Amino acid sequence: MDENNKKTRRKFLDRGLKLGVAGVLGGIGLSKLSAKFSEEKSPTGETMELMTTDGTIVEVDTSEVMEVEHHHHYSMDYNVREGIPNRKFVMVVDLAKCKNALKCQQSCNKNHYITGENAWLKVYKMQESADTAPYWLPMMCQHCDKPACVTVCPVDATFKREDGLVLIDNERCIGCRFCMAACPYSTRVFNWGDPGQEVTLNMDMTGVEPTPEYAGRPSLKGTVDKCDFCPHMVKEGELPHCVTACPNGVFYFGDKYEDTVTNGEETLRLSKLLEDKAGYRMLEGLGTEPSVYYLPPVDRLVDFEDGLSEFKEFESVEKPTEE
Amino acid sequence: MKKFDDIVSDLAPGKFGKTGMIWIGFLVVLVILGVIAYADQVIQGQKVTNMRDYALWGIYISNFVFFVATSFVGSAAVAILRLTNNSWRTPLVRIAEIITLACIIMAGITITLDMARPDRVMYLFIHARLQSPITWDIIIIPTFIVISLLMLYFPLLPDFAILKKHFETSKPRLSRWYGRLSLKWKGSEEQKVIHAKSITVLSILFLLAGIMLQTIDAWLFSTTYRIGWDSSALAPYFISGAFVAGTGALVTVIYIVRRTRKLEEYITEYHFDKMGKLLALACIIYLYFNIIEYVVPFFTAKKGEDAHLESLLTGHYAGLFWFVTIVGLVIPVLLLFFKKGRKPFPMFFIGMVVVIGSWWKRYIIITPTLLEPFMPIQGVPESWRSYFPSAHEWIITIATLAMALLIITLLVRYLPVVPIQRTADEQEMNTEASFKKIPS
Repeated sequence: MDENNKKTRRKFLDRGLKLGVAGVLGGIGLSKLSAKFSEEKSPTGETMELMTTDGTIVEVDTSEVMEVEHHHHYSMDYNVREGIPNRKFVMVVDLAKCKNALKCQQSCNKNHYITGENAWLKVYKMQESADTAPYWLPMMCQHCDKPACVTVCPVDATFKREDGLVLIDNERCIGCRFCMAACPYSTRVFNWGDPGQEVTLNMDMTGVEPTPEYAGRPSLKGTVDKCDFCPHMVKEGELPHCVTACPNGVFYFGDKYEDTVTNGEETLRLSKLLEDKAGYRMLEGLGTEPSVYYLPPVDRLVDFEDGLSEFKEFESVEKPTEE
Repeated sequence: MKKFDDIVSDLAPGKFGKTGMIWIGFLVVLVILGVIAYADQVIQGQKVTNMRDYALWGIYISNFVFFVATSFVGSAAVAILRLTNNSWRTPLVRIAEIITLACIIMAGITITLDMARPDRVMYLFIHARLQSPITWDIIIIPTFIVISLLMLYFPLLPDFAILKKHFETSKPRLSRWYGRLSLKWKGSEEQKVIHAKSITVLSILFLLAGIMLQTIDAWLFSTTYRIGWDSSALAPYFISGAFVAGTGALVTVIYIVRRTRKLEEYITEYHFDKMGKLLALACIIYLYFNIIEYVVPFFTAKKGEDAHLESLLTGHYAGLFWFVTIVGLVIPVLLLFFKKGRKPFPMFFIGMVVVIGSWWKRYIIITPTLLEPFMPIQGVPESWRSYFPSAHEWIITIATLAMALLIITLLVRYLPVVPIQRTADEQEMNTEASFKKIPS
């Protein structure tokens, strides 16, 4: 039923789109044709109004209008399992700025409809040794280029895309949890029971089909979830939720091919940023080649105590206050 | 020297007594409880277990590893002893084959109990990816089931023919079944040649498949980065551990079968003495691999490994660790060094302790490692930091063990646990006369 709805809607959208494009092209074609019939390659006298790139309206003869092949917006028709072509998404986390405000986690939980105690993004209190100062470390899926989880998945439920994202098809996942055992970063979470998003979050799930693009809506009992780098935002040209939610500008998101990352406020050269601030990747020695870079927690003593008030050791998800 | 007919009536399977029926009833009840618990787990999801995001595998997996390990008894005892032509194996091999078949079937069932989406079990075939160690398991387990079934069945052919004749008048229906299963065995020279050849081929396959099975089982763990699993020695470690678990189970089951079926004349103290030596050898080899796994890393352990070792040697799991090492391995070896330790009753006791130790050993291999990830365990409920199986997990696990025992019991009920034909042959009796009477 739901599937049918979805399909018909998809078809409708698809057809509408094609019809629209065809209409426009057809219109142009017709006017060109008529121009051709009347007087070949000479001003027809028929004019049309067009807007130039700087916003002024100009009137041109229809014979001067050329058919242009439109570049499809990639969000329309890229393969969910292959990813957005010619992109390589990366994240940079500046540990020097993190004050454990946890806004990233709250936003992530909210936008991925996480109901359990298994937040996808966690902020760890880290300390290398007793003699060094502690710091905060936001931890999410590292979207490794050599993902251990993908290697061990027996059914191709978790997969690596060309644009760098490691996603989960929760319609495929058999719940063996081998990927969780394989992940050295422990970023994968499991839906041990029914996520019950309809009830807890009062969500309307009719017609919502699970897709790796939007893991978390709905989550499915007995399948694995994890941070997905928000492909639903990325394909619209928006930043992931954690990036925009952070009040301290800790998270930078961007494209490695473009060599740019942004935290919403400033846009920086990725290579220069990593070089200048000595960026590194988590457990680099394992050879998993993560897509998440960390900038070292310099000045760590300064703000640590502030964030400590936010430090909730046993609670990863804010529960609706009812009790 | 016994007469052939006496041997047949001694070794032919017989009905259960009262204790036997109570035993079966008890096992059936346990299995039913397990089925109910499992149904509840499927309905509610695995939140009924105590597994959580960090302890993401629990006793379902360690129990699976135990079953796989115990199933090695067939390969170890049967194939090796057959191939090396050790004559003392004769009264033991069939029971070893029965244990193997029961355990490998239960291993296959147990691994699916751990799957949170059993409704998608077909995906393992439809969408199989060869690079995943689970797919290797999916290939080797059914293969091993088939080989162990054949390994049990082929040597049974002459015995089925004998049993067909034996029950001809007393139980015609049973006799007909045995007749069908005997595949027209007449004991002709031609048949014997083919028979012997196929058993040799099967033995080799059985040994190879057994080693592959244990290896793949170890690779399920050693192909991850986890501390305690990421070891290149894990496969031989698992094989030697399987040798221990299997031999221990064999000793225990044989003692019970010998007592209940009154086979003291066929399974003698001599056999227990031999088995005792085999078990001691198995335990010593396993101890050696334990030293490799735990003592050598002690010198070069990185921080994480160090914490892992500490939790085992002196920390949270120390009690269990030393129990499985000292009680489950060292003491059995010491006792088995003495001739008195290799008498049937002490052997039964030692075998049982070894099996229990082996079961907990798997728990010690799985759980502590999962609770010591590279990243700190933070931002999760306190209860997620530790693991002990829930009631559901215990009931389901006990049911799988009961089911394995039930399979063994039923096979012991209907199959001659000691090969009749071979026993007779070894007693150098002329069985030709008896065979001539078998109608074809």
